[in-house]
Amino acid sequence: MNASLHRILILIRKELIAVLKDPRSRVILLVPIVLQSLLFGYAATFDLNEVSYALLESDHSGAAKDFMAQIDGSGVFKRVVELRNAKQIGDVIGRKQALLVIHLPPDFERQIQSGRGAVIQVITDGRNSNTGNVAAAYVGAVVERFNAAWSDQHGYAKPPLRIESRAWYNTNLETRWNMIPSLIAALSMLQVLMLTALSVAREREQGTFDQLLVTPLRPTEIMVGKAVPSILIGIAQSTIILLLALFWFGIPFQGSLVTLYLGLLLFTTASVGIGLALSAFSATMQQAMLYTFVLLMPMMLLSGLTSAISNMPTSMQYLTLVNPLRYAIEMTQRVYLEGAGIAVLYNDMWPLVVIAAITLPTAVWLFRNRLA
Amino acid sequence: MNAPSDTVVRSEARGQADALAARSPVSWRRLRALVTKETRQLLRDKSNLMVGLFLPVVLILIFGYGLSFDIRNAPIAIVMDDTSPSAHDVIAGFYLSPYFSVTRPASMNEAKKLMLKRKVDAIVYLQSDFSRQLAAGNATIQVLVNGVDANRARVLQAFAQGAIGQWAIKRAAAGEVSAMPVPAISLQTRLWYNEANNSTYFLVPGLIVLVMTLNGALLTSLVMAREWERGTLESLFVTPVNSNEIIISKLVPYFGVGLAGLTMCLLAGKFLFAVPIRGSLLLIVVISMLYLLVSLSLGLLISAATKNQFLASQLALITSFLPALMLSGFIFDLHSVPAVVRGISRVLPATYYVEALQTLFLAGNEWELIVKDGAVLAVAAVVLLVLTRLNTRKELA
Repeated sequence: MNASLHRILILIRKELIAVLKDPRSRVILLVPIVLQSLLFGYAATFDLNEVSYALLESDHSGAAKDFMAQIDGSGVFKRVVELRNAKQIGDVIGRKQALLVIHLPPDFERQIQSGRGAVIQVITDGRNSNTGNVAAAYVGAVVERFNAAWSDQHGYAKPPLRIESRAWYNTNLETRWNMIPSLIAALSMLQVLMLTALSVAREREQGTFDQLLVTPLRPTEIMVGKAVPSILIGIAQSTIILLLALFWFGIPFQGSLVTLYLGLLLFTTASVGIGLALSAFSATMQQAMLYTFVLLMPMMLLSGLTSAISNMPTSMQYLTLVNPLRYAIEMTQRVYLEGAGIAVLYNDMWPLVVIAAITLPTAVWLFRNRLA
Repeated sequence: MNAPSDTVVRSEARGQADALAARSPVSWRRLRALVTKETRQLLRDKSNLMVGLFLPVVLILIFGYGLSFDIRNAPIAIVMDDTSPSAHDVIAGFYLSPYFSVTRPASMNEAKKLMLKRKVDAIVYLQSDFSRQLAAGNATIQVLVNGVDANRARVLQAFAQGAIGQWAIKRAAAGEVSAMPVPAISLQTRLWYNEANNSTYFLVPGLIVLVMTLNGALLTSLVMAREWERGTLESLFVTPVNSNEIIISKLVPYFGVGLAGLTMCLLAGKFLFAVPIRGSLLLIVVISMLYLLVSLSLGLLISAATKNQFLASQLALITSFLPALMLSGFIFDLHSVPAVVRGISRVLPATYYVEALQTLFLAGNEWELIVKDGAVLAVAAVVLLVLTRLNTRKELA
């Protein structure tokens, strides 16, 4: 047992040297993680803070000015052009000069004052329907405020029913808050999977794997020796992203670090298991890499990273059950933002154990049985 | 006497012809042979075809049937400490709405537990004196949402407001105008190009961008690096083949694979997902070919510059696939990101391809945009090809 441990430690050391010896490899394991966290942290948001709009205003009354002042004063909207007639709307939207057009009717003020209410038309660019909807909702919020102020000023009865809305865990509903914790898992998985997938395939391509097999190392020991360095690198990468989330983006951490790292350990082990199995299955590095891509893309897309799993049709939701990233993203988000403990996260953890328990022995079996 | 000198002359002539051919930019004969070789190599390895043809099918299915930004049947809990008829009236809208699927826990504590376990996304709470307050014209409904997924939470809040708004409209229609005064302004929103508010409409053009990026950058990033690593490029160097021919022969087969992927995506978009093509199909194909050239040459450049398969694959993933997904404006709008990030996205060819495709699919032939995007892609292709050529000299490192 002691001799076995000793052999494994030597292999781990050799693997770490093999990966970290090349300065270009060190750079590629460190720099992209930092850059991507920063870039995606800023880019991956559904919140809009600069909505370009065109105004088509046929009414230059005081009420119209009041309303537009509220739009312009919201800090979100930027007027890029004023239109003279409705025919121009097509060009402005089509050429992407403005994301939306606000159209005030000719008798805007009169309609409001008559008590019948005025109707404002908002036309948004639906090429990205998600962005279009968010922009329209922002106009809706301004309208709501205007209406409330108007009925106050004019002594109208308050609506008998008020909706009081609150959001838990992310009070200001910032997309960044849920994006960055999910990157802790997603970004490190990308590289870890690739690194592991190449590790055995490279030795096979270069013929050194046969040499490894004739050493006293048993296949299981080779597996452990190959898995541990990748797991260490993966967890180190996750740590970098975690530090950025905490100190650069200043997102408050609600949970326990022990829970987070336990989860990350399970997740990284499961991904390394997948990578090793792929690696043992492939004959060349090229195959290993391409198979990894084939697996990686669906895993990224079906993980809840960019669109919620609960929006998917039920059959697709079942498919996500074998995706380790799905559990990891849910887990990191919940530990990070909700402060969830192991008791709640248990359901995200055991599937990862199952995935690792299937893939790692499969890799060992393939080591032995794919000597072709 | 004559015969030997004759052969010398002839062989000299042949030598000159060879030298001339080597100097001319491309020899068709050699190019054809190389293309055949590359095509065979590509077809022989199943893993290439997995990425080139099988992965697009998987992505089509995921994008068409899996991903969606449209919320349906979100689980919510309604807690009613007041079970009077008027309270039931108010919440009736939640049961009718396609956006919610309602559970009714007995108490607020139970509802909070459900929310912690993520069994529900939101809690709607009516206090015990709700109907009394409503009669007094001063009632409150609490809506608590789980904010972890901020976008979803915001949409749910809006839908909840809509469901409660149903009640006000019904009351007003029933003649109880006083129930809710007519608001000073009401909004009429129209989503141009996508009136049905169907997110598949923008996901399918995005899918094509991903498939083209994938085919190009991922497959070609490996080809040159592999030959460098195995030393087979050196054996090519001792043949009369020149660098132009090597580059072109590596592009052609993958260009073919890319076009196959494009065809599959277009067919799936039209027949499976019924996404409208309002612009010209020809323009879509032309722009896609330009982008394909960009991403193929980016892959070759990475491959030629790194000469190492691991580095090449990492770089390809980091410079092509991820930015195309996250920074191209395909999912996340670019107007609201900080200037630095916007600057980076403006440098990405994928950004222009996304804009051109979304426009051609949904808006139509907006020439001003299309010409701009096409020009940017053409320039990018030329620059990348020149850089690749500079990195593929027939000399040993």
